[in-house]
Amino acid sequence: MAKKFSVTRQRGFNTIALFTFFCLYAPLLILVILAFNAGLSSADWQGFSTRWFWSAMENPQVVDASILSLQLALTAALISTAVAIPAAIAMTRTARYKGWMFQYALISLPLMVPEIVTAVALLIVVAAIKSWTGYIGLGYLIIAHTAFCIPFAYLPIRARLETMDINLEAAASDLYARPFEAFLHITLPQLLPGVLAGFMLAFVISLDDVVITEFVKSPGQDTLPTYMLGQLRRTVTPEINAISAIFLLLSIMVVTVFFILQSSGRRQQ
Amino acid sequence: MAQNIKGRGAPGRKWMLTAPALIIILAAAAGPLLIVVVYSFLTPGAYGGVTWEFSWDSWVKVLFERDLFGDELTLATGNLTIFARSIWLALLTTIITLLAGFPTAYFIATRPRTRRDLWLLLITIPFWTNLVIRTFAIQDIIRQEGLLNTALIKLGIVSEPLQILYTDTAVLIGMVYVYLPLMVLPVYASLEKLDRRLLEAASDLYARPRSVLWNVILPSSRSGLIAGSTLVFIPAISTYVTPIMLGGGKRLMMGNYIELLFGQGKDWPYGSAVSIVLMTIVMAALLIYARAGGPRGGAHG
Repeated sequence: MAKKFSVTRQRGFNTIALFTFFCLYAPLLILVILAFNAGLSSADWQGFSTRWFWSAMENPQVVDASILSLQLALTAALISTAVAIPAAIAMTRTARYKGWMFQYALISLPLMVPEIVTAVALLIVVAAIKSWTGYIGLGYLIIAHTAFCIPFAYLPIRARLETMDINLEAAASDLYARPFEAFLHITLPQLLPGVLAGFMLAFVISLDDVVITEFVKSPGQDTLPTYMLGQLRRTVTPEINAISAIFLLLSIMVVTVFFILQSSGRRQQ
Repeated sequence: MAQNIKGRGAPGRKWMLTAPALIIILAAAAGPLLIVVVYSFLTPGAYGGVTWEFSWDSWVKVLFERDLFGDELTLATGNLTIFARSIWLALLTTIITLLAGFPTAYFIATRPRTRRDLWLLLITIPFWTNLVIRTFAIQDIIRQEGLLNTALIKLGIVSEPLQILYTDTAVLIGMVYVYLPLMVLPVYASLEKLDRRLLEAASDLYARPRSVLWNVILPSSRSGLIAGSTLVFIPAISTYVTPIMLGGGKRLMMGNYIELLFGQGKDWPYGSAVSIVLMTIVMAALLIYARAGGPRGGAHG
């Protein structure tokens, strides 16, 4: 067989693909480089400096927004994973029962409704509850984030369950394990990669959210993305680049870990 | 034994296990959406909010404008322009991501098995990077004194900086950039399953590469193409952040219009009606997806 000839070759495709990768990464790369600009504006390069990283870390608004973002993402990811596990267990590896479709539709609802519509819907409800109760705490953001994280936590758990052997649990109950014992010792350990993947997905989705947060938050409850959106409407200093660069690093780390988890899961099968 | 497994699956138990998730979604997603439907039939309050009087007005306003004397109705061109622009930009985004995304997915799918994961990771990283950050990265490049203009001037292609920022083109560039991974991933998933022996058979029968592409590869990756297009079209039509940051707040899309009606506009019922219009467009796209590409895929002979 001639080495040069390949049945999969399509002229021009490699060029387009490599150009696409270039276009995906060039803006991010430039964004990071400009974070090290000593000057006041990203437009003119005044030499290398890390001053904007320091000024970002000393900016109390940035620090507060970062802490709030992480708090919110962690809480929402924990709750949504915790409620997605039993839901996935009830709904997977079973004959379709009455109400299955309804439950499935409800759980996938946040994936299908445009974010802006959910956002204004929540705005209506939250405004009403605020004026009745006077409560303006973090509760609104937590429940809103949890709701749209649930499908993202649910899907990897469900996918993992579908590949698991139901006979193991049957064996456990043959050996007189109670349902909860069987769950704890047989189901959960096997399910763990899916749970972890679901948790991380939910975490990133919450961290990423702008629109719903923007409409639900009370004054002073800026997350990092809504803070940045607010800043971008004014003049921009490379401080924003510096914050973005740190955020970007965080995303790369989370995605890489997620990816390794997923591909090790696939290899096991 | 079988009894045991079936016993675990009693319907009451299933509802109990799903209840926490369902209650949260009912409280913070489904419930509020129903309220939006109700609000669209009410009368706007003076300072935002509503008064509880039934009215069709908001729905009439979606399509028609009343003239000054309130009797004659004319088509609401302002509204319809915004709807049309949203649909048009979302469609263009879908087409461009398709043109760039298909070859990219194909490129990844034809790499040696061990290296595919790495290329996939490269597609996934931007996808999981914050939307505001990615849009800001684009803003940085296309601004008046940004890198693109500097380069074009240095190369002598243009003599004055191009005004790209705050135009529809900027919004389009931003959306393509942001939603491209959503096209590549499902298309890749369907290309990965493609049976290489089909390609060999086709080229054994003297089919040229392009004819293999049209007659073998594209038809058998149809479900991925449809899934990718749906995944891109839906967030593109409901986008909110990109037009704010790249369109300068003047080139409104439906998402921004909804915000405007709830914010400065102080017409919550009308904002609710427009929200439902947007949701209907999205549901229609999902329905087309389910009909055309959904579970069965597109193998035909």
